[in-house]
Amino acid sequence: MNPNFSLPSFPAGLKPNLEPNKDGTPWYARKLRITSIRVVSQVFFFGLFVFLLWVTWMSRLGGYPASLFLEMDPLVSFATALSTHTVYRHLWMGLFILIPTLILGRVFCNWICPYGTLHQFMGWLFNIRNNKSRLDSNRYRALFQTKHVILVIFLVMAAFGSLQIGLLDPICLLVRTFAVAILPAADAGIVEVSTRLGLQKFGLDALVFKPAVHDSRVFGGAWLVGALIMGLVGANLVIPRFFCRVLCPLGAFLGWLSRFSLWRIDRDLTKCTDCNLCLKGCEGAADPQAALRKSECFVCFNCIDDCPEDALAFKLTPPTPAQFLVGKIKDGTATLFGRKVISKIPETVITNPDLPRRRWVFAGFAGLLAFPFVRYSKAVNKRGFDKKAIRPPGSVAEPEFLERCIKCDQCINVCPTNVLQPATFKQAGIEGLWTPVMDFAVGFCQLNCTACSEVCPTGAIQKITVEQKLGLAAYAEKGPIRLGTAFFNQGRCLPWAMETPCVVCEEVCPVTPKAIGTYDETITRWDGVSVTLNRPYMRPELCIGCGICERECPVVDDAAVYVTAIGETRSNDRTLLLKGPKNV
Amino acid sequence: MNDDRRRFLKQAATVAGVSLGAAYASLAPKTWPLSLRDEDGERGKPRLKSLRLPEGGYAVAASNVLPLLGVARGQNIDAMVKAAVDAIGGISRFIRTGDVVLVKPNVAFERAAPLGATSSPEVVMALVRLCRAAGAREVRVADNPIESAESCFQRSGVRKAAIDSGAELYLPSPGDFHTLETPGATHIGKWPFFWRPFIGVNKVIGVAPVKDHNLCRASMTTKNWYGLLGGRRNQFHQDIHGIISDLALMLKPTFVVLDGTRVLFRSGPTGGSLADVKMGSTLVASTDPLAADAFGWDELLERKGEPLPAYFGKIQERGIGNPAWRSVNVKEMQVG
Repeated sequence: MNPNFSLPSFPAGLKPNLEPNKDGTPWYARKLRITSIRVVSQVFFFGLFVFLLWVTWMSRLGGYPASLFLEMDPLVSFATALSTHTVYRHLWMGLFILIPTLILGRVFCNWICPYGTLHQFMGWLFNIRNNKSRLDSNRYRALFQTKHVILVIFLVMAAFGSLQIGLLDPICLLVRTFAVAILPAADAGIVEVSTRLGLQKFGLDALVFKPAVHDSRVFGGAWLVGALIMGLVGANLVIPRFFCRVLCPLGAFLGWLSRFSLWRIDRDLTKCTDCNLCLKGCEGAADPQAALRKSECFVCFNCIDDCPEDALAFKLTPPTPAQFLVGKIKDGTATLFGRKVISKIPETVITNPDLPRRRWVFAGFAGLLAFPFVRYSKAVNKRGFDKKAIRPPGSVAEPEFLERCIKCDQCINVCPTNVLQPATFKQAGIEGLWTPVMDFAVGFCQLNCTACSEVCPTGAIQKITVEQKLGLAAYAEKGPIRLGTAFFNQGRCLPWAMETPCVVCEEVCPVTPKAIGTYDETITRWDGVSVTLNRPYMRPELCIGCGICERECPVVDDAAVYVTAIGETRSNDRTLLLKGPKNV
Repeated sequence: MNDDRRRFLKQAATVAGVSLGAAYASLAPKTWPLSLRDEDGERGKPRLKSLRLPEGGYAVAASNVLPLLGVARGQNIDAMVKAAVDAIGGISRFIRTGDVVLVKPNVAFERAAPLGATSSPEVVMALVRLCRAAGAREVRVADNPIESAESCFQRSGVRKAAIDSGAELYLPSPGDFHTLETPGATHIGKWPFFWRPFIGVNKVIGVAPVKDHNLCRASMTTKNWYGLLGGRRNQFHQDIHGIISDLALMLKPTFVVLDGTRVLFRSGPTGGSLADVKMGSTLVASTDPLAADAFGWDELLERKGEPLPAYFGKIQERGIGNPAWRSVNVKEMQVG
């Protein structure tokens, strides 16, 4: 080789460092690290999560496991098993997370969970801390016990039949946030950009999450759901991974499981100099610099990466060193298997979640009290239920519904007409907050559609067929599923009260024969003109409560024909007519 | 000392600049550049951009010799569409090489094709193929249904028919509507219109099923244009006949096809039971939608003798069509 040959020189600062590492490993070992693989995994699962939300739509559903993340959330399976004593449909897939957790610890939290990824990414993006401040921000705090208290309260309530995990379970919370707040905003943005810039012909519209809806989708209380995610993401600036460390009931649940995990991070006392640099990137605030809190560790491997002494490693059932110590740490005479102990902290692991026994008891009592408080609120009871708490077709009766619904709002996400809305306190109390109810001012239940029943992960809306919904073929005797009954407010109805022809309601009534009939009359109007009015009336035994009449009524602010929950077939308490099938 | 003076001058200049800028923007007369002044609130109001369809619509030159109605009866839909169109001059009379054609079916409801509430996918498909064979550069299929657009197109089979025959499907989304001006219209002089599928289009073909209608009694080719509008359509029923005659004024098509392969003879316009449908086995092509509709009323809905719905008279008064189809040149034929 020509000795005068040299590579073209790089500008200063950009020159790649291809020197081998001090320990003899090649240069790419600096780049190809397990933490890089972890980031790839996080990006993949976050992408998969968004992709599955994208396919949760009429024209894209075909065969995709649209609710996969919800179905493999082990807290969903466990809590619904507590409340219903069954494991519905695909919820066995909770094992996909449960088993790895038992073997490796909370890998879910930092390798799979899309919400965790979002928090970590935001914390990284907006990080302004110097190294010392970062170390301090990643120390364990007693505040992190809170998630265990929350989980106990939720599980006790679930055992009594009120499923509230969905309020804070990260997958439910994130699906809901996307469905109700983020996707409508994203779609509005994409449509605006592609219309303004004429990019429709380049296929930009394919990115739209909910294509072919002629009005933007709207959701009651989207502001609250949106404000929550802004607040929770913003909290990362104060305490990194605030949600994951402080609030996440799934994290707490996986923490309980991970106390049994076979592998964990282990600290070598003969190498550790107590420099605390492992805290710099510790996502879980799991104290890797001292006794590792196994139930807090997210298995992110940042500590192993950051350790300058190579004192940390991920090991299969490592022994606790205290029993093998010879000499005294205080005097600096301690040795471990003949090697000098450098660290001043002899403990290497704390297995159990850090919640003092009295606080477990407190949490249990809190759950015990919370159940009757929410259940005996008027909104969800058979006496005094809200007339607008109209549930999607296939829903089980209200008490069973509340045992199953995890407020993930996947049904709301898939609903093609936007009729499904997250319930507010008014319709469903705090117990049913964000559960699906129908708002016929916004949409209507489309006759041949059973999409919500397809995607419901927990069977709050049971999987039904169109035949079942409409009472056809084998279901003819049982009759159609009724969501409620339509009523006329004659004081606001144009033909009844205003001498004006209308009957949009009759036109759009989808059942045959139509559930809306008319009395046809020709009258002499106030100004002497003769007009023919078709004055509508209900045939209640035909009405299925789909609400298209209310949706299309021109008296839009307070429709002259409106559906209420009475007459719904899912419970005997709420039937209206003496005739007709009853659930026995 | 020098520093203090410099700082004072800088601060003073900033204060003066911001004050003057704000004062200029809010007080300068509105014709001056960068002025934001809006003394009476007029400038701040949204300006509606309104559009117009071409003068004379999408019709081709009228003919005195060719039949106005081509009626094909039979079972083979491809042959019937071709025969009906051939009867009124053949597709080459209407579609030229390079044309961009919009085919407007009625897909208002989420119903399977056999229930008769929507245009037959087979007819849509045959029509699209006919246009493409005649040299159309692009054929589009568009409708703004009552129920969710995707579901309606899916369930009716029109989505598959359109895609399989090589047409572009246009489903409505929020950016697709603009105000359309229809001079002379009673109610919809300015109304939100499903505009995007019309961009660049020079031929429009309506293809409508034959349906009973609870309010206007019959929904055929003229009522079909309802699906091109957006906005508060649920007010239309307060004067449905006036609206339909406005629709006839708004859109003058190249030609229409009345799809009488099935007839929804009661419980319309939604239907929902096969018992409400009978086989009509008839297709009508016409350059006069009103004549086609009158034919449908007499022969397909079989309501001959009953007075025509009021919108027929209103449209005729506007000189847009001739409901006396028996008096015009009709070519009827049995195909296959």
